[in-house]
Amino acid sequence: MNVLTDNFSLYGKGLLGTVELTVYASLLALVVGFLMASFRVAPVGSLRVFGTVWVTVLRNTPLTLLFFAVLLGLPRFGVVLPFQLFAVLALGCYTSAFICEAVRSGINTVPTGQGEAARSLGMTFGQTLGAIVLPQAFRSVIPPVGSTLIALAKNSAIAGSFSVTELLGTYKTLNELGYSIIWTFIWIAVGYLIVTLTISAVFNVLEKRWGVPR
Amino acid sequence: MAVDPLIELRDVNKHYGKLHVLQDIDLTVGRGEVVVVIGPSGSGKSTLCRAINRLEPVESGTITLDGQPLPEEGKALARLRAEVGMVFQSFNLFAHKTVLANVSLGQIKVRKRGREEADKRSRELLERVGLLAHAEKYPAQLSGGQQQRVAIARALAMDPKVMLFDEPTSALDPEMINEVLEVMQQLARDGMTMVVVTHEMGFARSAANRVVFMADGRIVEDRPPEEFFTAPESDRAKDFLSKILKH
Repeated sequence: MNVLTDNFSLYGKGLLGTVELTVYASLLALVVGFLMASFRVAPVGSLRVFGTVWVTVLRNTPLTLLFFAVLLGLPRFGVVLPFQLFAVLALGCYTSAFICEAVRSGINTVPTGQGEAARSLGMTFGQTLGAIVLPQAFRSVIPPVGSTLIALAKNSAIAGSFSVTELLGTYKTLNELGYSIIWTFIWIAVGYLIVTLTISAVFNVLEKRWGVPR
Repeated sequence: MAVDPLIELRDVNKHYGKLHVLQDIDLTVGRGEVVVVIGPSGSGKSTLCRAINRLEPVESGTITLDGQPLPEEGKALARLRAEVGMVFQSFNLFAHKTVLANVSLGQIKVRKRGREEADKRSRELLERVGLLAHAEKYPAQLSGGQQQRVAIARALAMDPKVMLFDEPTSALDPEMINEVLEVMQQLARDGMTMVVVTHEMGFARSAANRVVFMADGRIVEDRPPEEFFTAPESDRAKDFLSKILKH
């Protein structure tokens, strides 16, 4: 029981590491995910191909393999960054593929007439997407995007194996110090719950405010 | 007839799979002219209407608007579309925006007017279609006829050279059809160039300069409404008229 009180700062650092990874990787995933979804519905063929390849490669690669590729692969090409940044890149790009598909399914729920009306007014593809289609698609993608970001928070645990400070990784230190493994993991689980339930709460609020069709 | 051509279609062809939906279409619409397109369903009349602003790309032939050939996708096409107002069967008002915002959006995004100027113009147009009191509502709060009148105001807000109507009253309850037709009659009297796909024969008789009758992807007749309705030449048109004018 006193594993938490004795090691509060260690847990705190781990939790902070997980929160940082989650927040930065989520932002990256959302930006790239929306961009790729736009690419996949663009009138320009090469953009559609790029979006499709991006999703296919990232969605079908095991995340651990992707971490290896980024952390061990990129330095070989002279890209040397802090491990935490590498972890954000790997997590964010991986999750962006799932965000992209959620957004694309949301785009498909918007009746085609909405886009046709916008185009017939002379709006460009970007204007049609930004002002008409995405705001309406956004409402229906709030729940699946929430789930995807919760998955991202839990996937961030993999970064611990690549010497990035995060919550799950704290168990190694605590285990060596001889604490009860059960209580160690219970407190780690509570830490993840804090992160994931916070994401749930944020998305519940978003859904209440934006999710209801008028 | 010495017309100043605004829309010209030459040898336009299009297939949907095996269906030859537009076959060698030649059509000229003069400035200020009201052309009503009628015909049985599946005859290609909606496709013809949508081809004029390239919502439906065609496979061959040329379409020119005010002397300019219709561009491929991109900014040039968007600019040209701004000159062509379009009214749809299913209204297609932007569901997440108020009535006022629906009418102002194109002016702001495409015509680059300021919000105040755009809203002022929008209110004038909503007044004209009799819906100023509903400016702050959302489309779903309006009846079908009211939504369609907003859609007409939205198209007019771009100051288009021509208005396309793709079965504007087909999705409406009978009692709402007239309120929309009255707005269209007024537009026709004001000299707007219009291409109207419709099943409203009364409107065709009273407002049209020409009636274009389509069947099986072809233009079968293209004549003034009185001639067409009293003495159709083709068997296809006689058959069509006998079916719809019986009651």
